[in-house]
Amino acid sequence: MSAKTFDSFIKPLWKENPVFVQLLGMCPVLAVSNSVYNSLAMGLATLFVLMMSAALVSLLRKVIPKQVRIAAYILIIATFVTMAEYLIQAISLEVYKNLGAFIALIVVNCMILGTAEAFSSKNTLGKALIQAFGVGVGFIFAIFCMGAVREILGNGTFAEIPVFSENYEPWVIMILPGGGFFALGLLLLVFNSIQQKLKKKEN
Amino acid sequence: MNTDSLGYIFLSSFLINNFVLAYFLGICPFLGVSGKLATATRMGGAVTFVMFVASVSAYGIHSLLVSVDALFLQLICYIVIIASTVQFVEMFIKKMSPALFKALGIFLPLITTNCAILGVALFQTNREYSFLQSIIYSFGAGAGFTLALVIMAGLREELDLASVPNIIKGAALTLMIAGIMSVSFMGFAGLGG
Repeated sequence: MSAKTFDSFIKPLWKENPVFVQLLGMCPVLAVSNSVYNSLAMGLATLFVLMMSAALVSLLRKVIPKQVRIAAYILIIATFVTMAEYLIQAISLEVYKNLGAFIALIVVNCMILGTAEAFSSKNTLGKALIQAFGVGVGFIFAIFCMGAVREILGNGTFAEIPVFSENYEPWVIMILPGGGFFALGLLLLVFNSIQQKLKKKEN
Repeated sequence: MNTDSLGYIFLSSFLINNFVLAYFLGICPFLGVSGKLATATRMGGAVTFVMFVASVSAYGIHSLLVSVDALFLQLICYIVIIASTVQFVEMFIKKMSPALFKALGIFLPLITTNCAILGVALFQTNREYSFLQSIIYSFGAGAGFTLALVIMAGLREELDLASVPNIIKGAALTLMIAGIMSVSFMGFAGLGG
């Protein structure tokens, strides 16, 4: 693996994290991150769609005419999302019910279209796959952080294992919609402050 | 009030289950174009129109797909309809108001990937709304989206003048405000119920 390819995998993990830095794909990050399991399931489904569509877009990059490329990408993504939807339904009905319409809404996750347009359509299969994997892992990292924060504070558990003593009074608000915004705002704050400290050190 | 009545459907999608603040749909434009009040209002109008068209077409397509037993094509058909409607709106705005076209910038074509619109189409299908109910639902959702966007734009115009620590500027602050708005919108729960 050349240094440049490796770089395209590492960058989306932290420096160009799709959620924390580029603010892409916020809807699922806010909507289905009320528990660790849900957020992991969503992250994995997104990773699947991301990699499959990156592969197909990269393979077809010389076939798709420039004028209709966005429409073509959306169609490719929608196909894989439909597959993911049926797959999840087959594997676990419970997860399917928890995620609900948000599985279908992976289609409109701007992160996936952004990856297809900005990277996959210009690079060979291998490079596109590695980069998409990086973006997907960066996304899973972000949605996992959200799920962990919200479940620990809102329910007093981590992956359904209690973390506090029995006297802990859960902050129900963290599981409700408002808590999603608060948690993401807090995480962005933490992320920004770490970034600033790192920059100061570099200088 | 009956949960199937038209008034309740409108209220529910407009306030109680506001698309942005309760379902987290359409967050990208909510964070992106809520900087100025005028732009926010027009963006809301454009999104409401696309929602209306998408909702009507989704109803037709769903009945068609049921009759030929090809429901697995649902998602693909919906997204194609939405994409072509957005293309149409884009051409219309470009012709009618080039200034607005510039102000909306990249967010205009991005209406295609606005989850709120696909959300309307999917939710109305899931809940098996009738034709009239679907139309009311799409208007309520559009009005709710515009409301959230306009409130946020008003707040942010004021906030530009306030002094806040460097680190919280931008998205983090916007998200915190959105959180407070979302909590206050929870007060509408039970309205009309």
